[in-house]
Amino acid sequence: MVEIDAGGMYYRLLNEKIKALARSGCKEITVRNVCGQRYIGAGFDFKDLRINLYGTPGNDLGVFINGTEILVNGNVQDGTGNTMNSGRIVVYGDAGDITGHSMRGGEIFIKGNVGYRTGIHMKEYKDMRPVMVIGGTAGEFLGEYMAGGMIIILGLNGGNLIGNYAGTGMHGGTIYIRGKTPDVIFGKEIKIFDLEEKDYKTIMPYLERFANYFDCSLEKIYETKFRKIVPVTHRPYGKIYSY
Amino acid sequence: MEYEQLKLIEKSVKIPSGCGVAGIVNKNANRFSGEMIVSSICMMKDRGNGLGAGYAGYGIYPEFSDKWCLHVMYDKTGEKEKVEEFLEARFNIVEQEPIPVRKVKSLSFIPVLHRYFLDIKNKFSDNLTSEEDFILETVMKINRNFDGACVFSSGKNMGIFKGVGHPDEIAEFYNIHNYKGYTWIAHNRFPTNTVGWWGGAHPFGILDWACVHNGEISSYGINRRYLENAGYYCTFYTDTEVITYLFDLLCRRHKLNFEMCSYVLASPFWEEIERETDVKKKKLMKFLRIIYASAMLNGPFAIIVANSSVLIGMNDRLKLRPLVAASKDDFVFVASEESAIRKICPHPERVWMPEAGKPIIVHLQENKNYGEIKKYK
Repeated sequence: MVEIDAGGMYYRLLNEKIKALARSGCKEITVRNVCGQRYIGAGFDFKDLRINLYGTPGNDLGVFINGTEILVNGNVQDGTGNTMNSGRIVVYGDAGDITGHSMRGGEIFIKGNVGYRTGIHMKEYKDMRPVMVIGGTAGEFLGEYMAGGMIIILGLNGGNLIGNYAGTGMHGGTIYIRGKTPDVIFGKEIKIFDLEEKDYKTIMPYLERFANYFDCSLEKIYETKFRKIVPVTHRPYGKIYSY
Repeated sequence: MEYEQLKLIEKSVKIPSGCGVAGIVNKNANRFSGEMIVSSICMMKDRGNGLGAGYAGYGIYPEFSDKWCLHVMYDKTGEKEKVEEFLEARFNIVEQEPIPVRKVKSLSFIPVLHRYFLDIKNKFSDNLTSEEDFILETVMKINRNFDGACVFSSGKNMGIFKGVGHPDEIAEFYNIHNYKGYTWIAHNRFPTNTVGWWGGAHPFGILDWACVHNGEISSYGINRRYLENAGYYCTFYTDTEVITYLFDLLCRRHKLNFEMCSYVLASPFWEEIERETDVKKKKLMKFLRIIYASAMLNGPFAIIVANSSVLIGMNDRLKLRPLVAASKDDFVFVASEESAIRKICPHPERVWMPEAGKPIIVHLQENKNYGEIKKYK
């Protein structure tokens, strides 16, 4: 395992250093004193590389990432996993706004809470299906314009599970929420259902992985029933210009 | 190239946005060096593009804590004498000097920067509704009537320092680390719709209010016309100016508290007001939305506003711009990015992101050493 001290380092240099190490065959790189460096891992194509970050990485962490695993010991800022293709981002802390923005594939696990517009415009295509699991709560506009993939909100630490306007403009994918349907204003394009057996089968592997990463009990997660938020139409704005 | 020509060229350029804001307040009004805020805002250097940066510090002039302090910029030296003549008629000028600056090679088109410490002349004091309104009127008169002169700071025991450059360059230029204050706010600019000139850099200030802003106010025209009725005239070509004046109008003159002020500026949606269960609060929200329709700020914003007794951080109702807060001991930090806080306070006790439209309000304890802290409530 190789270590980099990122203290005071500009993001371009830091990314070049990580890239050079990965090209030379490193499989695990630890970066300490991360503070505000943007775009860490941008577009990385290293399938079996793991990056451990200590500190607070900057915006667009793991943007366009294609196969790398990033573990963050700390909070992350805005735009984590922006348009990521595959790979995994695990955050032992909270995440900012637009987490999983336009995600196309791969997995994001957040131990704590996420900000506004989580999973905005997530999408899926054939076997590319992005998944995001949030241990805490999510802010308003969760899954805004969501077109595919799935988001799971666990609310393990109390607080308001989700904010107003969840699923606004949603036209694909599924949001699973743990607990009763919250008394919030939902987007006009969604409906809420209880889970069927096959739904539990779908989310199980991700919940197992979540429990593994953050060392929490799977039984406790299953103690409370889940519900799912799904869109009622695939083209909510299909007629917007046709009158 | 002439300054005026430069202004015109910059007016035609449009670049996507991403300003940075930062604020630090010591609740016990203990003063600390400006170095800390410089370090915080420079962490977010990439949020700006070198077309504006600035700082506001409170408690920086303890030796003149009861004097009105005007910071004035002149881009034609001829105007300086006329403005000074105007000031002499209204004030006793206790002290005046060029604002101390250092040569920074990368800065250009630097205006003449001067500061005045003033007492209002006795003959005016009988006819005044308040000293504040007199200062307001004076500032508006200078900014409107003297071409090439503008007052960019007009409070007591506080000062705004700003210009066209990166935040580290502007800090070096004004020697920000040499000042000590109990509240600091800072801005790193990425101008989108308006000119990148020295007056257009943030913070904007009137009396002891200072405001930094990331975003754009699309209701600028409505707000501006509304403010003109109350004697505030916009002369800086930048939307943020209206936010500063609205705070003075609503909180000082109309005596709204800061929570009410947030209902006006970042109005809750009608459907949210309908869902409010507290009848009294519901009535208040409705009332404020109707009465102050023209004061509502439309468009994305994250703002930090300060005066000598409070620091406020707030988002627009849709939260279209980032804002993070943290606290440790008697310090509260607010910034666009968490890293800007971690840089100066690696282990805060609490870190949180305020909800959309719900302000963080940090009140200061009174501290006699640095002059009386004015309560607007």
